[in-house]
Amino acid sequence: MTVEFRALHKSFGATKALDGLDLTAHQGELLALLGPSGCGKTTALRMLAGFEKPDSGQVLVDGEDISDVPAHRRDAGMVFQAYSLFPHLTAADNVAFGLRMRKVGAAERRSRAAELLELVGLPQHADRYPHQMSGGQQQRVALARALALRPKVLLLDEPLSALDAKVRVQLREEIRRLQQELAITTVFVTHDQEEALSTADRVAVMRDGRLEQCAGPAELYDTPSTPFVAEFVGTMNRLPGRASGDGSVEVLGQRLPVRGDAGTAGAVDVLVRPEAVDATADEDGSARVTATAFHGAVTRLTVALADGTTVKADIPSHRASGLAAGASATVTLPERPVLVEARAA
Amino acid sequence: MARLTNRRGIRWWRGAVAAVAGLYFLVPLACSVLFTVDVPGQGFTLSAYTGILGASGFTGSLLLTLELAAATIVLVLGLLVPALLAARLGAPRLRPLLEVVCSLPLVVPSVALVAGYSGVLRWGPQYLSRTPLFQTFVAVQNADFPVVLVLAYTVMSLPLAYRALDAGMRAVDVRTLMEAARSCGASPVRAVFQAVLPNLRGALMNAGFLTLALVLGEYTVGALLGFRPFAVWIVGIGGSQAQLSVAVSVLSLLLTWALLLVFAAAGRPRTRIPRRALAKAAPALVPQESAS
Ligand SMILES: Nc1ncnc2c1ncn2[C@@H]1O[C@H](COP(=O)(O)OP(=O)(O)O)[C@@H](O)[C@H]1O
Ligand SMILES: [Mg+2]
Repeated sequence: MTVEFRALHKSFGATKALDGLDLTAHQGELLALLGPSGCGKTTALRMLAGFEKPDSGQVLVDGEDISDVPAHRRDAGMVFQAYSLFPHLTAADNVAFGLRMRKVGAAERRSRAAELLELVGLPQHADRYPHQMSGGQQQRVALARALALRPKVLLLDEPLSALDAKVRVQLREEIRRLQQELAITTVFVTHDQEEALSTADRVAVMRDGRLEQCAGPAELYDTPSTPFVAEFVGTMNRLPGRASGDGSVEVLGQRLPVRGDAGTAGAVDVLVRPEAVDATADEDGSARVTATAFHGAVTRLTVALADGTTVKADIPSHRASGLAAGASATVTLPERPVLVEARAA
Repeated sequence: MARLTNRRGIRWWRGAVAAVAGLYFLVPLACSVLFTVDVPGQGFTLSAYTGILGASGFTGSLLLTLELAAATIVLVLGLLVPALLAARLGAPRLRPLLEVVCSLPLVVPSVALVAGYSGVLRWGPQYLSRTPLFQTFVAVQNADFPVVLVLAYTVMSLPLAYRALDAGMRAVDVRTLMEAARSCGASPVRAVFQAVLPNLRGALMNAGFLTLALVLGEYTVGALLGFRPFAVWIVGIGGSQAQLSVAVSVLSLLLTWALLLVFAAAGRPRTRIPRRALAKAAPALVPQESAS
C-alpha cells in the first residue's frame, strides 16, 4: 500500500506543526521520519492514523483521499510512544482486542493471539498483565496488537524511546525483520538518526514541519542536500572557509569544489565528516591534537586548528600512534566536492 | 544497618499513630455502645436496639434512602463521566471551568441550597398551575420517591465525585488508551466502554462510595423539605429517649459501614490478580516479608 502526504498543513494555535509536508511511502518499504523533537513527526503520523485532521492538504492511501475515513476504519496498526497496552487485559487479550472489535469468534481470537505473541517472541507471556512485563515486552505486545488485524500500514511513533539501549537495538532489529517478513508498508517515527539509518529503507528528514530530504541511508549520509541534514545525520565538522562565488571554496589552504549551492560567496562554513578529515603528525604543523578516543579500527582525534577551530578526525588506529594528545599535526581534506553554508554574521 | 533501624523507626511511628487514631474513634464508640446496653436499674439490655428495629417506618425510610442513593449515583456518574472524558479528550481548556463548577456546592451551605429549592417549589406551582409543568412539580415532590432530593444530593455530591473521578483519570493515560482502542478498530463509544471505563473502575467505585456515604448521612435537605429519608427518620425516633437516640446513631454508623463494605467488595476486580501484582499495587494488603 502506498501512502502519500500532500502539502499537509496543521497549526495548533500559534504553533505550526506541519508546514506543507510532501512525502510518499512506497508499498512494502520502511520509511523513517527523522527530525528533532517538535518538528511535526508525530503530527504527520497521527494524521495518517486519523487522530488529527489537516488544516489543508491530503493524505492519500493508494491514491485515494482518506480524510473522511474515521480512525477505527483506517487499515492502520499503530504502536505508541507511551506504553499503551490496556492495563485491565492480559497480553493475549490485548492482542485480541481488535479481533474482538471485529466480532471474531473466541477460539479464533485465542489462536491468532497466540500466533502473534509467538511472532514477537513472547509466547509464554500470554497471561501476564501489562504491569507484570518490562517496557520492552510491553512494546512487543503492542506491536503484536498492532499487527493483529493484518493492517495495510504499520505506524510506529518512537516505540523504542522509553527502552534502554540494549533492548532498543534488539527490538529495532526485530521490527525490521517482521516488517520485511510481512512486507508491510511502515512509517517509523524517530529522533534517533542511528536508529533511522540502521533500520529504514528510506529516511525522511523533517525540520519545522517540512520535508528537508528523503533518501536512502547511504545517500543521506554521503550526500546530504542541506546543511541541516548534514549536521543532523552523523557527526559533522564546521571549518571556516572562503567561497569565491564561482563554485569553489578555500579551506585549510586547499581549494575545493562546492557541492550544491555554488553561488555562495564570502565567509562560509565548510561541512566535512570526521572520516573525510585526515591528520598527519607534523613537527611544523600549526594544528595541535587535544584529545584522542580509541574506537577499535579507527581513532577519533580532536584537533585544534591555529585559529582555534576544533575539528574531529577519524583516522585508522594503526596510524594514530604518533598523534597523542599534545602532538603537532597537519590537517588536510580529500579533493572532493564539499557542502558549504554561509556564515551567520 | 542504618536502613534497618530507620525502617523500624517508621514502623514504630506507624503503630503509634494507628493507636492514637484508633483510640480517638473507638473510645467514644465503645462508650456509646456501653451507654445503650447498660441501662441504670435494668442491667444489660438490648431494648434500645429492638425498639428501633421495631419502630414503624424503619424499613420504609431505609429503602427510600437506598433508592435515592442509587438514583443519585447513576445521575452523578452519568453527568460527570461523559463531561470529564470530553474535557480530557476534546477540550482541555474547559477543565478548570468544570472543576470550579463542580466545587461550587462546597461553598454553598446545604441550608442555603434548601432555601432555594423550597422557594422554587413554592413559586413553581402558583405560576405554572395551568401548564403541564405543574404535574412535573407534583411528581418531583412525590413523597414515595422525592426526585427533588435526588437532584439536591446530586449537586451536593458533585465535588466529591469530581475529585474521585479526576484522580482516577489522572492515573491512566485516557487519551492514549482511547487512541489505541480506535486504532484497533473500536468506534469512539466502544473505545470508551471497553478500553477506558474498565480502567477507571476504581475511580468509579470511589465516586459511588462517596456519594452513597453522603446520601446515607444527609439530614438537612431531607428534613427541611419535609421528607423522611433514613437520617431524618432516625433523628425523629431517637429524639425523645436518651438511650434510644444514642443506639440510633450507633446503628446508623454500623449500617453505613456495612453498606460501604458491601460496595467495596462489589468493586473488587473480577479477574484474579496474581499475588505478586497485588503486592505491587497495594503493599498494605499483603503481609510484607520481614525487613531484609
Ligand atoms: N495537541 C496539540 N496541541 C498543541 N500543540 C501541539 C499539539 N500536538 C503537537 N503540538 C505542537 O506541534 C509541534 C509538533 O509536534 P509533534 O508532531 O508532536 O512533534 P514531534 O513528534 O516531531 O516531536 C510541537 O511544537 C508541539 O508542541
Ligand atoms: Mg513525537
